[in-house]
Amino acid sequence: MSLNSQDIARIANLARLELSADESARLLTQTNDFFNIMEKMRAVNTKGVEPLAHPLDAIQSMSLRLRDDIASEPNNRDANQQTAPAVENGLFLVPKVIE
Amino acid sequence: MSINSSNLHDLTVAQLATKLRSKEVSAVEVTQHFLSRSHAAENLGAYLAFNDEFSLTQAKAADARIAAGDVSPLTGVPIAHKDIFVTKDFPSTAGSKMLDGYYSSFNSTVVNKFAVSGMISLGKLNCDEFAMGSGNENSAFKPVLNPWDHTRIPGGSSGGSAAAVAARLTPATTGTDTGGSIRQPAAFCGITGIKPTYGRASRYGMIAFASSLDQAGPMARTAEDCALLLSAMCGPDLDRDSTSLDVPAEDYTCSLNDSLDGLRIGIPKEFFGEGLSADVRAAVDAALNEYEKLGAKLVPISLPRTELSIPVYYIIAPAEASSNLSRFDGVKFGHRAQNYTDLNDMYKKTRAEGFGDEVKRRIMIGTYVLSHGYYDAYYLQAQKIRRMIADDFQQAFKECDVIAGPVAPTVAWKLGEKSSDPVANYLADIFTLPASLAGLPGMSVPAGFGEGNMPVGLQLIGNYFSEAKLLNMAHRLQQATDWHSRSPK
Repeated sequence: MSLNSQDIARIANLARLELSADESARLLTQTNDFFNIMEKMRAVNTKGVEPLAHPLDAIQSMSLRLRDDIASEPNNRDANQQTAPAVENGLFLVPKVIE
Repeated sequence: MSINSSNLHDLTVAQLATKLRSKEVSAVEVTQHFLSRSHAAENLGAYLAFNDEFSLTQAKAADARIAAGDVSPLTGVPIAHKDIFVTKDFPSTAGSKMLDGYYSSFNSTVVNKFAVSGMISLGKLNCDEFAMGSGNENSAFKPVLNPWDHTRIPGGSSGGSAAAVAARLTPATTGTDTGGSIRQPAAFCGITGIKPTYGRASRYGMIAFASSLDQAGPMARTAEDCALLLSAMCGPDLDRDSTSLDVPAEDYTCSLNDSLDGLRIGIPKEFFGEGLSADVRAAVDAALNEYEKLGAKLVPISLPRTELSIPVYYIIAPAEASSNLSRFDGVKFGHRAQNYTDLNDMYKKTRAEGFGDEVKRRIMIGTYVLSHGYYDAYYLQAQKIRRMIADDFQQAFKECDVIAGPVAPTVAWKLGEKSSDPVANYLADIFTLPASLAGLPGMSVPAGFGEGNMPVGLQLIGNYFSEAKLLNMAHRLQQATDWHSRSPK
């Protein structure tokens, strides 16, 4: 399998990354080098094997724990917004999205 | 004071704690000593931030606790934290321009636990950006130099943590290990480090890289120190970390001196193949020989999918990273681009400017393997082989009690040597990745010296929850050898 420059542009768009022409070219080479060493993995027969998400699931069944849906955090708005890029009246500012 | 303060930095955590409790030295004196050494070693690049006023306030509080007899085994001892742990009183950057100048509104659970035990935070330590790297050259701010040879890397991603301990800038540090980021820098800098079982230490407030792999652990000079630190660090954090295990904290110091007589140490043949350099092999063999003298038996075993751990890890970790790092969008925290046309353009430029090359590479790979049409072939396939790798370990543990081998195929390489070839960096992680994928505890213990008189680490891998056995093994080796007590010039 080999990626081309359109693939790199498509993935960069999905990842919301702007790439310079130089970066795209470098990433194309590096990503293809990378996927060359991935090929060994694709050849492995994994029929009937369950994917492992939580490592301890290898020895015991792990289910994701949920806590009760009760607000437990105090209001820390000022502290949480102290290093935000742009805030006004306690709200995060973003570029206009609705014309 | 009866103690010569110029020697304070040669003391271990355990020795400092004893002198503090007997009031031979005060926490303020100890803190001042380590802060002044740390500031003076700026050329090493180990630290990213200090807050001397805050550190000294903590030290005064520790002295008051000692005076009142309200002490933990760690009260008054300094520690410095990898800049992956968020902190209220120091900036938290994850080694990234994206978080330059960022302050968290809360402390990570691990940082809090050490503060509650009375330890003093000396500062924040340099690391690879978002913990992605094996040489600490991916820090957005500066590389870290190896204290044993300033032309070499200290290992990564917890490179600042390892270098600071090796250079005696602090007696203890925290690190995080996703694919070897505690064990490998510990080996390269000649110190001791342990990654506990996945889920033992809380991930709350650890800036996420790959959530199903990330695990915090301590780094120090001795196994005894690591046992003290790990005992304070572990334990359930059920409301704040959804993968934290409901297993009570343990006192890992109790079994340090247990006999190793009859212990079966599994030697995986895949860890001793042609990829292993001769100098590292000789050092590891010598350490294994010490274990035989201590009564242990070496048992040949096989971990047949060792080589596959590289592709499996480098699919799973970037996939999880691409998801975790989507939160850096220039809205709620961190960097935002100055000039943009609309919201999407703001995201793209913010992320282009804020992330370094290695982080971008991993986000790209992760986005690709999770994208429509590729998920089954890459991500799901990797998760299935991950289970096979974990099963291989369980098979091996039928024949042995613990597994031992090298931490890395070579000693620390030269700065810049591998920076133009990311895949070469990935291949060097081969011996640490299998235990990471299986979520098993792993440890690096100093085991002599190799090429260029650089330190070599012996890796010990145990079954789930066997941290006490690993620390016991490491401690016994350190009673019998003096590799861990050597220091760089």
